[in-house]
Amino acid sequence: MAATPLPLEVRNITKRFGETEVLKGLSLQAHKGDVITLIGASGSGKSTFLRCMNLLEQPNEGELLVHGEEIQFKQTRHGREPADWNQVVRMRAKLSMVFQSFNLWAHMTLLENVIEAPVHVLGKSKKEAIEHARALLERVGLADRADYYPAQMSGGQQQRGAIARALAMDPEVMLFDEPTSALDPELVGDVLKVMRDLADEGRTMIVVTHEMAFARDVSTQVLYLHQGIVEEAGPPAEVLDTPRSERLKQFLAPKH
Amino acid sequence: MQALSEWFTELLADNTIFTAQTLGYYGSGLVTTVQLVFLSLIIGLVLAVPLAIGRSSQRRWIRTPIFLYTYVFRGTPLLIQLYLIYYGVVFFDGIQETWLWVLLEEPFVPALIAFTLNTAAYTTEIFRGAIKATPRGEIEAARAYGMSRRLMMRRIILPSAFRRALPAYGNEVIFMLHASAIASVVTIMDLTGAARFIYARYYAPFDAFLFVAAIYLCLTFAILYLFRYLEKRLLAHLKPLEQ
Repeated sequence: MAATPLPLEVRNITKRFGETEVLKGLSLQAHKGDVITLIGASGSGKSTFLRCMNLLEQPNEGELLVHGEEIQFKQTRHGREPADWNQVVRMRAKLSMVFQSFNLWAHMTLLENVIEAPVHVLGKSKKEAIEHARALLERVGLADRADYYPAQMSGGQQQRGAIARALAMDPEVMLFDEPTSALDPELVGDVLKVMRDLADEGRTMIVVTHEMAFARDVSTQVLYLHQGIVEEAGPPAEVLDTPRSERLKQFLAPKH
Repeated sequence: MQALSEWFTELLADNTIFTAQTLGYYGSGLVTTVQLVFLSLIIGLVLAVPLAIGRSSQRRWIRTPIFLYTYVFRGTPLLIQLYLIYYGVVFFDGIQETWLWVLLEEPFVPALIAFTLNTAAYTTEIFRGAIKATPRGEIEAARAYGMSRRLMMRRIILPSAFRRALPAYGNEVIFMLHASAIASVVTIMDLTGAARFIYARYYAPFDAFLFVAAIYLCLTFAILYLFRYLEKRLLAHLKPLEQ
């Protein structure tokens, strides 16, 4: 039906850790240019859901399609696993992730961090990758930090560097896992600004966040997760301004 | 200062021990020690890298034999290992008729084998610890960016682990230098062997052994200096900038 395949689609994902079922059948469709924010209390499963999308966690059930290509799974005695790891590697290269604790590679300079995956995973030439990386660092305001090691930068700088690393992959979809939660309050603004810019230029993004202002202003769709299910979903104005469930009302109520 | 130089001049004047001949013994002992230590360290290092990767494997049938190897070689004295290899090899039937005997007859090769296996065992465990200590987040990032296991090992885990292992490995190098002194018990004329020979000849323990101790100190100093240089270069990424 659709002329162009969706950048990312997940259907009925479930995930169990031992006896505990943390995701109870979650679905999501990301169209090109969508900014989908996942909100919910800690333990609601939102980070796990995001990590299932690039298979950092293996979902027990459900389907996953990246740019229309369905990921194949097989049953083993350890549970369900991807049937073809090469396919997973290919698919991950299309979805780049930004982590809560940045996770830059500590033994590489910022520039080396940004060109690492484009050169060694995508097979780009080093020269081309460096040019692209410099432009991206310029964009996130870190042009003068290219030769610094992660330990020599502030948290906000590291996170903007990590966003540059994600952009360097030319990803179909960017996954953000609480990108501002580990930052000092005065550093959050710079990171959110970069993310707003990305949304404005039409990047497809899925963002797990506690920043309600960001969710309200930037996202095209908000999913409120509670105990492993989507309790409410829709445009931000609807979900955040006129919540239907008592629980979401409570969640959104100003904290004292 | 004056007193010291007078004492030294006097020492040289009635010196009967440190002749051109005995200094020659020390010289060739130094060469033997450096060869033995350097070769065993290099081969041990080359062996330790794949062993450490295997030792960190999730598959038990890879991990366990390597653990047994490191356990045995770290769990028994190097001297016993040297005895077993040097004296024990004769008891393999027919080995004296093969070309191997040319190598094993002389003590140098058995000592080299014992030292290599010993240092490889320690180095394997040093690297294993460093591999295990790779920050989880960095591994997750590597996976999330589409790296295969092999690429991740080569680009992220090993470069990070080698740097972390550097100070501990520097210690192992110094340890091997000093452990090599026991080569002299299987008649190798290394530094210690030369010192023992000269002691036996002149019955001058202080002269013979203090002199050789000074040479070991100099060698250790060179190693310390080398590792300090390497750490400064390779561990720069862990040092925050001075404000």
